[in-house]
Amino acid sequence: MPFSAQQPPASGERYALSASLDNARHLSSLLRAVHFQDHATCLATASGLRVTVEDAKCIQANAFIQAEIFQEFSVQEESVMFRINLSVLLDCLTIFGTSSLPGTSTALRMCYQGYGYPLMLFLEEGGVVTVCKINTQEPDELLDFDFCSTKVVNKIILQSEGLREAFAELDMTSEVLQITMSPDKPYFRLSTFGNAGSAHMDYPRDSDLMEAFHCNQTQTNRYKISLLKPSTKALALSCKVSIRTDAQGFLSLQYMIRNEDGQICFVEYYCCPDENITEAEL
Amino acid sequence: LSRIGDELYLEPTESGLSLRAVNSSRSGFASFLFAPLFFQLYEPGSAGPDTELFRCKVHMKSFLGIFRSLPSLEKSVGKCLILLKPRASRLVLQLHCKYGVTKTHNLAFQECERLQAVFDTRSCASHLCAPARVLAEAVVHFPLTLAEVTLGTGPGGKISLRNYVEDEAGESCRVRGPLPTSACPPARHPSRLPPPEPSKTMVTELWLAEDEFQSVAVAPGSHITFCLKEFRGLLSFAEASNLPLSIHFDEPGRPVIFTLDDTVLEVHLVLATLSDLESNSQSPSTNGVSRLPAPSDDFADDLESYMAAMETSEGGSERAPSPTFSLRACRPAESKPEEEEE
Repeated sequence: MPFSAQQPPASGERYALSASLDNARHLSSLLRAVHFQDHATCLATASGLRVTVEDAKCIQANAFIQAEIFQEFSVQEESVMFRINLSVLLDCLTIFGTSSLPGTSTALRMCYQGYGYPLMLFLEEGGVVTVCKINTQEPDELLDFDFCSTKVVNKIILQSEGLREAFAELDMTSEVLQITMSPDKPYFRLSTFGNAGSAHMDYPRDSDLMEAFHCNQTQTNRYKISLLKPSTKALALSCKVSIRTDAQGFLSLQYMIRNEDGQICFVEYYCCPDENITEAEL
Repeated sequence: LSRIGDELYLEPTESGLSLRAVNSSRSGFASFLFAPLFFQLYEPGSAGPDTELFRCKVHMKSFLGIFRSLPSLEKSVGKCLILLKPRASRLVLQLHCKYGVTKTHNLAFQECERLQAVFDTRSCASHLCAPARVLAEAVVHFPLTLAEVTLGTGPGGKISLRNYVEDEAGESCRVRGPLPTSACPPARHPSRLPPPEPSKTMVTELWLAEDEFQSVAVAPGSHITFCLKEFRGLLSFAEASNLPLSIHFDEPGRPVIFTLDDTVLEVHLVLATLSDLESNSQSPSTNGVSRLPAPSDDFADDLESYMAAMETSEGGSERAPSPTFSLRACRPAESKPEEEEE
């Protein structure tokens, strides 16, 4: 959508990254799903934008917005990467408010000149334009969970509806969330061990919620609940989630999110198992 | 029950599952008895010759946390299984939800003695019965923060409700005494504080006509003052289940008993009432019954002795003895045989 008011600098200048999006919510809602730390690392390639947030060297969340979602998306070099304050970025993207009235949307144009330059955002709604300049920083080295599909031991795909309540009601007095995946009973079990006692959620393999069930080995892994709790946001937005573990017990959660226009985006969470392994209470 | 106490007592009996709570000052007690027919399956376990049916208490918050969202429960939960596993020290609550999902909660519990307040609706002088809605609509006129309310009988069979006015400093000039145990019903003794200034407090009084009640059998000129907050909890339950509420009361100082009755549920709420400032009454059961001394202003010491008496009273029946019985009939089974021939 062309801006009649303040235009971004003339097309003579080359931007490392330049993108336009008719509805900024397509970006902001996805970023919220990974917003559990103030800072994020952005990576832009020809395929799209990836925003990564990490914590405690144990958990990593990635939000993927493919180039096809944008009305315009161009990256000059092979890839462009910078670190940015995600809280500030989200505040700017939602500067016209967060309520989503039908028919109104904030249009976004994003420009980044390159290393050392700030990220420029031009946001327009109802004829009002806001210009934001957010400083960028040296990107951090990101964790590599080395998680690929060939190393997956157990995998299930569930309809998010079934897990939403479970995650929203997780007993936060428990330090860990224990995940059991097995070809035998209980098939898929989420357990917490809190002050009141233990709680288990069991999902049978033949449940209507289960879209795919490929468990080869019985695995029980524990993850710090405080690290996984933020994934509830991604779960709330998604329609399906795939849960995979590898031989080391690393967990991959992939959320399929359908935006307002019916386009598909993905958010994924990777988490290391908790070091203190003790006998699981069943 | 959570409006009364922080702990939920579970007692399976032959006549059903009893859930009970008591407040911290032991001046409020409530029990819900669910008959076996309420359940699809009810197995209280078997009591041996030397053992009783197992009972326990759990933290109210932990228990309620399992049933957090009522609307979603109604939509998604098919049935609930409750198992008491003494050997594993766990109370198991299992919710069978839609899509085949099972939620299992293993709650830690504490063993406990039988929790029972002694009361007898038959020995009350006054009885009222009204649809819960009538009382709910009456009580709505009082502020939510109001601690106590006075229920009274007036001319023409009218029933009044009036907010109880506390002293100016905002402190209650009453000390909440514990409820009667098999020892004796203690009255709550007011401390000698000046009466509140009438001009500075708002008084709300409303009158209900006799015909609003399903039954009225009251001693004329009687009145009692009890804790409204604790009563509200029962009232919401009564309204939601559309059951008539019965109120049994006697002289000020003697507990007021609220009951709800249904084919599969029996509810009792027993609240201590304020004793009359003017009547300067000692414990009302002055009819030659030997008893423990009435509580003095040394509140804490007496509370402990009453609590001890309550916790060890086993085999006490649901009904209090009428004042003509000797106290000894209520003693625990260990009493010597000759003393029981009273």
